[in-house]
Amino acid sequence: MNDVVIHAENLGKKFQIGHHTARQENFREAMMRGPRNLLRGAVDMLQGRSVIAGDTIEEFWALRDVNFEIRSGEAVGIIGRNGAGKTTLLKILSRITEPTEGRVKIKGRVASLLEVGTGFHPELSGRENIFLNGAILGMTRVEVRRRFDEIVDFSGVEKFIDTPVKRYSVGMYARLAFAVAAHLEAEILVIDEVLAVGDSEFQAKCLDRMSKVANAGRTVLFVSHNLAAVMALTRRALVFGGGQLHFDGPIEAAITRYAASLSKPSEDRNWGRGHNSALISANLVDRQDRPTDRYEPGEPLRMRVVVETDGMPGMSLELLLRDELNLPVAFYSSAVFNQVSLPSVAGRYECTISLQPYDLAAGEYCFDLKTTYTNVGEDHRVDNALRFIVDTCSPGGIPYNFKQGSGQGTLALRLEAPLRFAPLPTPDPD
Amino acid sequence: MTASATNSPRYLVLEAGRADRQYWRDLWRYRELFFILAWRDVAVRYKQTVIGLAWAFVRPFMTMVVFTIVFGKIAKLPTEGAAPYAVMVFAGLLPWMLFASVLSDASTSIVGSSNLISKVYFPRLIVPLSTILVALIDFLVSLVILAGLMLWYGVVPGWQILLLPVFVLLALLCSIGPALWAAAVLVKYRDFRFIIPFVTQIGLYISPVGFSGKIVPEQWQLLYSLNPMVGIIDGFRWCILGGNSPIQGPGFVIGVVITFVLLWWGIRSFRRTERAFADLI
Repeated sequence: MNDVVIHAENLGKKFQIGHHTARQENFREAMMRGPRNLLRGAVDMLQGRSVIAGDTIEEFWALRDVNFEIRSGEAVGIIGRNGAGKTTLLKILSRITEPTEGRVKIKGRVASLLEVGTGFHPELSGRENIFLNGAILGMTRVEVRRRFDEIVDFSGVEKFIDTPVKRYSVGMYARLAFAVAAHLEAEILVIDEVLAVGDSEFQAKCLDRMSKVANAGRTVLFVSHNLAAVMALTRRALVFGGGQLHFDGPIEAAITRYAASLSKPSEDRNWGRGHNSALISANLVDRQDRPTDRYEPGEPLRMRVVVETDGMPGMSLELLLRDELNLPVAFYSSAVFNQVSLPSVAGRYECTISLQPYDLAAGEYCFDLKTTYTNVGEDHRVDNALRFIVDTCSPGGIPYNFKQGSGQGTLALRLEAPLRFAPLPTPDPD
Repeated sequence: MTASATNSPRYLVLEAGRADRQYWRDLWRYRELFFILAWRDVAVRYKQTVIGLAWAFVRPFMTMVVFTIVFGKIAKLPTEGAAPYAVMVFAGLLPWMLFASVLSDASTSIVGSSNLISKVYFPRLIVPLSTILVALIDFLVSLVILAGLMLWYGVVPGWQILLLPVFVLLALLCSIGPALWAAAVLVKYRDFRFIIPFVTQIGLYISPVGFSGKIVPEQWQLLYSLNPMVGIIDGFRWCILGGNSPIQGPGFVIGVVITFVLLWWGIRSFRRTERAFADLI
């Protein structure tokens, strides 16, 4: 019992959010709304309440009834969909915000990395920013100076250490920022999504560094959408959904649990909209154009996407295929791969996308859909827009099921010509 | 590592509305952050400006010139004793500019560092307090101008000049109270972003900066002293002009009392709203 370093009891956090009720109003109502809102704002202010934009105010529990214990030296992953309450939990643990109910007891110094490069100032040099960022993260000047060479070495930006960071490339900036954070000394380390920076080589370096920290007997809480990274770093995970703790246990079981929660169709089909376009719906369809959630490997992969555009030229439709671990598998962009844009006449369109047959491993997949503006700006993105299942994948026609999660990837390779074994003379054994 | 070394193996308990006993200890522990934030503001301040630090000279000097011409030459207001009008104005401008820059910088500092507030924990008082150091540096530059002015006009300070640091401290305390209150309120109601410049602008004219406070009729003096800057500016002039500007006892005491009431009020309201900053910002 004595080595429990974090103990959360009935933890809850409430927010207030405002809604705008969208309805037709006549001119007189519109004129009256200004003074009425002004009056309400003034009354709120006099009573010390916060001013919330909108016509109706609703209470919203970002986190509720959460109980768990974390022992010294444990590395624990925290997973869940967007809005599940992960970040709120981290913010409470790192004392940025206060719980509304319940309590947490913490033993030891907590260092939190909710973002890398917090407080970096573009006008200051890399060297100056190391000291600034270190102080913000709670390091003393002596500590930073002692580890300075290590930090610079890890970041790999020695040559530019006296250049203002506004001249850095995005990658250099991220590397320097992570390097400072990676050298924090604290008993409890709270990390949110920081691995989502830099190129893959640097990400691997970060991951390696994090696992060293986790193995050095320090307590690590790690939030990420990158399930592979969570799996590599931790042995236990907490799964959150809708502000509640759904599962607490071994990482493998947690990931299965999380994947199951993802596959439930989201009740809310309203995807919102972008600035110039809106993705309305998406379905996988079979040969007879009927909607389906199954894909038969070897068949064309067909889907129907309903999209609205305001006629802005150069809008591209993009697909990103992800596997069970939410890792990207394949990508398609209409503008880049086919030089095709959304129609330049405003309206709602149904687009049929017919992809070549693929031998996808059995398991679950999802597509993220996205409209972009001239390949750079994201206009409307819907993650997990379309989910489908591959029941079996037997590329050879024999009863062997090639499955996801067997460590052999997600795509069965097909031969273009039969395998050929040409005999060669055996080398002389000397 | 200072933090863990001094940390007793006791639990830190986080729950709603808990008065954080550790707060003042944390404030001391994070003192380096206080200096680093101040250093950052100073370091960044004159980057990409052509005349750089000279701006710290230009602003107070030009204000002094304008006030001397408008109040001294055109309106022909009396100076204090035999002191040159320019020196009298500058002696009032010094504490006022210190007050005004702390008030405006500190009150917007919390909203201005929202990226820090929402991502990292530290005692939030550090952010507004660190703006004091920046204002003090500008103040030191202005002191150099004052010395130049006094040399030019041949004004010799008396022993009272030794008490100047006391009044500098008072001016700071007087500004930090309202600034903390405004910083806390500004997080909730951004309206104050427009109110603060308005206050410093009006305050410049209702405080005895461009003229001597002694021209206010006798029967209104006590009422006038309710503005704590009146007593503090008066004290500055006493320190700098010596015998030419005797300090007014009752007004000064009222100013000091109000200063401390404002300070207590400011710290209290800041501490009360501080824990919700991250949710509101």
